[in-house]
Amino acid sequence: MNILNLLILIPILTVTGIAVSKSMDAVRKVAAIGMFLQLITSIVILFVYMGIRKSGVTDEMVLMSDYTWFTTINIHYTIGIDGISAAMILLTSIVVFAGIFASWEVSNLQKEFFISLILLATGVFGFFISIDLFTMFLYYELAVIPMYLLIGIWGTGPKEYSAMKLTIMLMAGSALLIVALFGIYYLTGPADGQHTFNLLELAKNTMSLPAQRFFFPFAFLGFGVLGALFPFHTWSPDGHASAPTAVSMLHAGVLMKLGGYGIFRIAMYLMPQAAAEQAWIFIILTSTSVIYGAFGAIWQKDLKYINAYSSVSHCGLVIFGLLMMNKTAMDGAILQMISHGLMTALFFALIGMIYSRTHTRIISEMGGLMKVMPFLGVVYLIAGLASLGLPGLSGFVAEMSIFFGAFQHDDMFHRVATIMAISAIVVTAVYILRVVGILLLGPIKNEEYKLLTDATWYEKISTLSLLIAVAGIGIYPTWLYNMIYESIGPIAAKLIVY
Amino acid sequence: MSTFNYTILIPALPLAMFLLIGLTGHKFKALVSGIAGTASLGFITILSYITAINYFWGTGMVNDVYQTIIPFNFEWLNFTETLQVKMGVLLDPISVMMLVVITTVSFAVHLYSIGYMKGEVGFSRFFAFLSLFSFSMLGLVLATNIFQMYIFWELVGVSSFLLIGYYYEKPSAVAASKKAFIVTRFADFGFLVGILILSYFTGTFDFGILTNPLTSPVASFVGTSFMGISVISWAMILIFMGGAGKSAMLPFHIWLPDAMEGPTPVSALIHAATMVVAGVYLVARMFVVYHLWAPDVQEVIAWVGGITSLFAAVIAITQYDIKRVLAFSTLSQIGYMMLALGVSGYGEHAGVGYMASMFHLFTHAMFKALLFLGAGSVIHSVHSNYMYDMGGLRKYLPITHITFLIACLTIAGVPFLSGFYSKDEILVAAFEHNKILFGIEYLVAGLTAFYMFRLYFNIFWGEDKVYHHTPHESPLVMTIPLMVLAFGSIFSGYLPFSHLVTSDKMAFTTHLDYAIAIPSILIGFLGIGVAWIMYKKKTDIPDRISAALGGFYTTVYNKFYFDEIYLFVTRKILFNIVSQSVAWFDRHIVDGSMNGIANVVITSSKKIKSLQSGQLQQYAAVFVAGALGLLLYVIYLLG
Repeated sequence: MNILNLLILIPILTVTGIAVSKSMDAVRKVAAIGMFLQLITSIVILFVYMGIRKSGVTDEMVLMSDYTWFTTINIHYTIGIDGISAAMILLTSIVVFAGIFASWEVSNLQKEFFISLILLATGVFGFFISIDLFTMFLYYELAVIPMYLLIGIWGTGPKEYSAMKLTIMLMAGSALLIVALFGIYYLTGPADGQHTFNLLELAKNTMSLPAQRFFFPFAFLGFGVLGALFPFHTWSPDGHASAPTAVSMLHAGVLMKLGGYGIFRIAMYLMPQAAAEQAWIFIILTSTSVIYGAFGAIWQKDLKYINAYSSVSHCGLVIFGLLMMNKTAMDGAILQMISHGLMTALFFALIGMIYSRTHTRIISEMGGLMKVMPFLGVVYLIAGLASLGLPGLSGFVAEMSIFFGAFQHDDMFHRVATIMAISAIVVTAVYILRVVGILLLGPIKNEEYKLLTDATWYEKISTLSLLIAVAGIGIYPTWLYNMIYESIGPIAAKLIVY
Repeated sequence: MSTFNYTILIPALPLAMFLLIGLTGHKFKALVSGIAGTASLGFITILSYITAINYFWGTGMVNDVYQTIIPFNFEWLNFTETLQVKMGVLLDPISVMMLVVITTVSFAVHLYSIGYMKGEVGFSRFFAFLSLFSFSMLGLVLATNIFQMYIFWELVGVSSFLLIGYYYEKPSAVAASKKAFIVTRFADFGFLVGILILSYFTGTFDFGILTNPLTSPVASFVGTSFMGISVISWAMILIFMGGAGKSAMLPFHIWLPDAMEGPTPVSALIHAATMVVAGVYLVARMFVVYHLWAPDVQEVIAWVGGITSLFAAVIAITQYDIKRVLAFSTLSQIGYMMLALGVSGYGEHAGVGYMASMFHLFTHAMFKALLFLGAGSVIHSVHSNYMYDMGGLRKYLPITHITFLIACLTIAGVPFLSGFYSKDEILVAAFEHNKILFGIEYLVAGLTAFYMFRLYFNIFWGEDKVYHHTPHESPLVMTIPLMVLAFGSIFSGYLPFSHLVTSDKMAFTTHLDYAIAIPSILIGFLGIGVAWIMYKKKTDIPDRISAALGGFYTTVYNKFYFDEIYLFVTRKILFNIVSQSVAWFDRHIVDGSMNGIANVVITSSKKIKSLQSGQLQQYAAVFVAGALGLLLYVIYLLG
């Protein structure tokens, strides 16, 4: 059996296990064990993948399996991975693993919570292993629906409003997307007269230029909404602020990455000419949003809002890097997805942990927390430093690859946009240090906070698993960078032609 | 050159100590961390000395030229097939010299801190951070390429941030650490763009390739210009921006005085002897490029250095916080070093400025670290930073007093002490290049002598103040480093620098230029004399002068209002105007239009839904009206 099937099988078994569990403790233990196995599987897949590459296989996708699903319109269930999806799978399993431990104390409708959470993750895993666009879309929808329930039921604050807003905006994105998918399906000239959803088959032919021009914005914006493309990002601050911790982690950490992933794997790969023609519009949007998100973050008072705006800035950089259309910058963009996924999940985990102690997320109401919870404080500080791009942590490598890649373009337009994006490193430092200064340092604001306790064992597992990944990529990025670099080749090759 | 393989240990050991103390420090008694950190630093100090001896007087020189030796270099990241980032160890005269400077001062500071930081909460955290800093700084000077330097440059910045904010419960320390990080980060933005431009054109980060005077790819792009200035000049001025940020040159100097919020040993190590000279080191590292292919930028460097040295010296006269006086003095002295690089030529005696700059960097590290540690000893005994709380301390702190006096004499340029020799070489270089800058430096020499002795007399002479308890001399663990550094301050001037560290790595001979040296000695003594008259006994002369100067004095005392200007730009413009409007715009305009779309949908659906009322009569009426309409349409329009 194809080992990739395990990525779907394990979550399904875990969900079943949770459904039949009797006690609260059993539920979370089953969830933890299941997601631990998932993490191990992802690591094994990574090694299997590297082994295959080492043996000299240069196929675009490896570990492929193909099952015909719906003959009439030629829908298959086709799975396979390349270096990029292998990396994204590992990211997802780390974040889910950490998310389970961050939700250790959920007690309200606990069973349903874990089931929805793992279903959501299943959608993400399925998305990353799919090669058939139709199944890919199906998995994508599978990830979005539980999100609505998770925020609407287990959220805080104006949760119904936020859940509705998030779902409707993402659904609007999906609507654009499905238009694009059918456009691609019908208009990409099939070699044997049979239309197909298979990504690799589609990539062999190219749509006519007018068709590309028409459908590219649909696909790009459809995924862009999910990837928090300015100005379609506003679901993210509200959605994250209302979502429970693990959902924020998964959503910002992984689900938003589906947007960036779809942009290069589908929109840019299948419609390269239109991408090259229309890139300038989105370069303007993204280089603006990098700065814009950072400035927006300075003014926020709620920890989750700060992180949401920071995500707008960082995710803007992801799409910006992709639009630079060379291997270095695109590699950087993918690293940035991974790095941001880990960092932001870590931030949301920490925010949840702090909130569960202080019962507030307003930074000015807190202060001096470093003294009472040194472990969480130090991890928050390191996450902050990763976010502002300190060497030795993952953000730095990603940002530098994007900047150096972007600088390969020698025209004025790209230069100015790049320098604008780079200038965000200063603004990022400002808002990160502002939060660290107010939240963690200084005298303790509230006498009652002196009684707070530091991280528990499950909180330590949750944060450390993310932190180790952040530091690991930062200190020794070569293997990951090279693995992505090889896999980005076919996509970049198609783009560079135009 | 396998003989230098062990040099990898020099940065690696502090890193290991950082991780060890950082992760396990809380499990042991605090003192264990201190001793472990100090011992490992002692070990690498010995290694550095061995390296220096081997290099300068052993295998380093081949055919009268000091070789660039790279015992260790591995691939870290390949941005593209050709643009590679490596991590390694590069040994050449300036990096070996820096090894000696960093390890010597760092070791002295480690030892001193065991006494100074005794009983502080977070004692082992302090030593972990010191180790982190030592690692980063050593990695910076040993960098084989400009990207590696940038990486460690950032790490040095964050270590400095952590150490300035060591007393993290104190709001002023938190603010100062934030300020230091953000100001230097802003400068690093320029540095990064500079690296981007340079590497885009030359396709390499490697120092060896970039700074080769004969084969450097830089040479072929001097003709490419952008907005009337050569792209190389653009790159190099942006890179210098990074250097100016770290070295606190105008207009990025504002973070350094505030950085004195950190514990005094930190000020001695980071903000006097090592990190703040990183900018000078960067310019020296890229000196060939500056001199040969971006002479316009080199001229800028000379002026920035000259103006900063004057500006800071003037401010230093008016300050009362003894650490801030020293901070401004540091600015002024680094200005000297920058100026020396700015006026230097290349090769043989023309490169005297380069040699002088490195020489002064070396001697300055000794005497300025000594001054800071001495000031720390004083602060330790009277529990105040302000000179008006001090007086007559020479009786109570004899060792501190003597070593501090030695340092003051050294910085004032008194003959036979190290500062005299290095400063003299700088003046020679300036004289040959530009008479105005030379004049400024003469003036600064006098001001330096004056403000240092104002400090000295205020602390150690005059009347006793009311002390909480009788001030007492610091323990040996603190005074031994003072004595070691005093020894360095006296004798480091006798090192034959022109034979060791030169622009083209070949030895040349210099001699003392009496025509320049004698006036400079006289100016130094004049400064000391004026300070003697004004401050040895309490007089009202200082007050009368400051009153007479009126507004000018206030302006200087407030550091020419630079902080206020920065605050205005950041707080008022960037925070209140830009950031607040972005936040508002996002909530109300962007999100508002999303909500607007939703509202339009809701409103129109409300309007439309009344059509589907479920009332049969209404449906029938609509049906009849429609049928009639259709009928009329068919009859009149189609018929």
